[in-house]
Amino acid sequence: MTYRIIVGALTGIVVSGALVTGTMAADYKIVDGTIPQSLTGKAGDPVQGKKTAVNRKKGNCLACHVMPIPEEQFHGEVGPDLGESGSNYSAAELRMRLVDPKVLNPDTIMPAFLVPGKTAVLKKFAGKTILSPQDVEDIVAYLTTLKGSYSK
Amino acid sequence: MKKTSLIKQIVMFAGFGVLVAACAPKEEALKSGYDWAIPETQAMQDDDFSNPAFMWVDIGNDEWSKTDGEAGKSCADCHGADGSSMKGKSNMYPVYNKDDKKLRSIQDEVNNCRTNRMKAKAWKWESDQMLGMAAFIRTQSRDMPINVAVDGDAAPFFEAGKEFYETRRGGLDMACTHCHVDFPGVKIRANVLTNGLGNGFPTYRLKWQKIGSLHRRFRGCNKNIRAQPFKQGSDEYTNLELYLNHRAKGVMNESPSVRN
Ligand code: HEC
Ligand code: HEC
Ligand code: HEC
Repeated sequence: MTYRIIVGALTGIVVSGALVTGTMAADYKIVDGTIPQSLTGKAGDPVQGKKTAVNRKKGNCLACHVMPIPEEQFHGEVGPDLGESGSNYSAAELRMRLVDPKVLNPDTIMPAFLVPGKTAVLKKFAGKTILSPQDVEDIVAYLTTLKGSYSK
Repeated sequence: MKKTSLIKQIVMFAGFGVLVAACAPKEEALKSGYDWAIPETQAMQDDDFSNPAFMWVDIGNDEWSKTDGEAGKSCADCHGADGSSMKGKSNMYPVYNKDDKKLRSIQDEVNNCRTNRMKAKAWKWESDQMLGMAAFIRTQSRDMPINVAVDGDAAPFFEAGKEFYETRRGGLDMACTHCHVDFPGVKIRANVLTNGLGNGFPTYRLKWQKIGSLHRRFRGCNKNIRAQPFKQGSDEYTNLELYLNHRAKGVMNESPSVRN
């Protein structure tokens, strides 16, 4: 299995890339710190997105974020509360944040979910991204439903 | 006359000193993991009789006076009947060693004495004997500040440790700094992040249900971010230990600590 790491052409603020996880591949284009186009051409599934976000082996977002998911114990507080992500951000902005938050903040602790690690990666994760492009679309779809009207 | 002017001078001088001290940027010591632990865990550590790590300190204490190896010696034969000759020493480790041309940890010193001076077998890093002896030796320097040298011959090893500490690695692509410098006191899932210091090691971890070495903890923190761990006692981890202990400068040694 071969993979090409992102950053094909760099022209101004537009970056093209190719992503591969397992057998899945996606191209994406960054425009003004956002990724306007769906990575898969398919709509994300918000129900699946919530599950993937919670899954410790996948999104594990609760490690760092409070989310409107009271049935899950122990929400981390490293990042902001995501309860209003859908009001605060567009899908294009959220997609960028998940694909590679370092484009927005090079020093961030938040992992890039569609860029493989480069240094001393455990063998079984070498060359792999944390999520698949469809996983990201699902989580984006879920986040856009979060408009703050919930009680913790 | 002379006397009063002298006193005046002293007072002025002292006043000036206070002024200078007040203006100089204060180097505040970081906090120990103890300070963020829950009260139950703190209480276990506070009382040596309820601290389960003391089972291993006792193992170390017993080994101290046991004759072993072809030279027919015990640690006590050369270092004194109790461990008091070790007072203050462990807080300066790791140190540069001229023969090895690299750093030595306390564990390296123990195994050097065992193989070269006692003609006995080296202890495995994570064995009960080595953990016990390391805990026994470190406990002699309890409540004294961590104080390592990072200049001179130690400098390149310190720099290597610092680089390790600041380098993103693993599938999650994080450096130690991202958790232990950027977010001390903040909850990551159920855990409160700390400065991630080594001042309490070897530590009894409730999760491990036993005492463990600092390098074992490094392995855990590497694997959690899906990064290749190094071996306990590796040069990489010993350099990292020096950098960590430099961060801990002035923090009290509290071995053997209890953590969750
Ligand atoms: C290791 C911690 C960590 C993990 C895991 C993590 N994030 Fe973040 N996230 C952060 C931090 C810190 C920020 C603050 C901005 C920054 O650092 O750039 C952030 C920012 C965000 C933002 C912008 C929020 C705002 O109000 O500005 C969104 C959206 C987000 N994260 C979504 C997610 C989702 C979804 C997941 C799981 C798939 C996730 N994060 C996993 C640490 C994390
Ligand atoms: C034959 C004598 C001898 C025996 C036996 C011996 N040591 Fe040593 N040890 C030394 C000498 C000599 C040094 C170097 C002291 C120096 O450089 O000032 C040393 C150094 C050390 C140091 C480094 C700190 C220091 O004091 O310089 C430690 C730790 C240590 N020994 C532990 C042990 C332990 C634990 C044992 C038993 C398992 C042991 N030693 C057995 C002679 C001995
Ligand atoms: C994803 C976050 C994260 C990263 C990155 C991380 N750690 Fe940790 N580490 C933790 C957590 C959580 C704990 C347990 C709570 C605490 O003490 O901070 C911990 C604990 C520790 C402890 C024990 C502290 C004590 O008081 O007993 C040490 C030492 C440590 N880490 C060192 C490191 C080193 C060295 C690195 C880099 C190789 C590193 N950590 C990277 C999350 C992290």
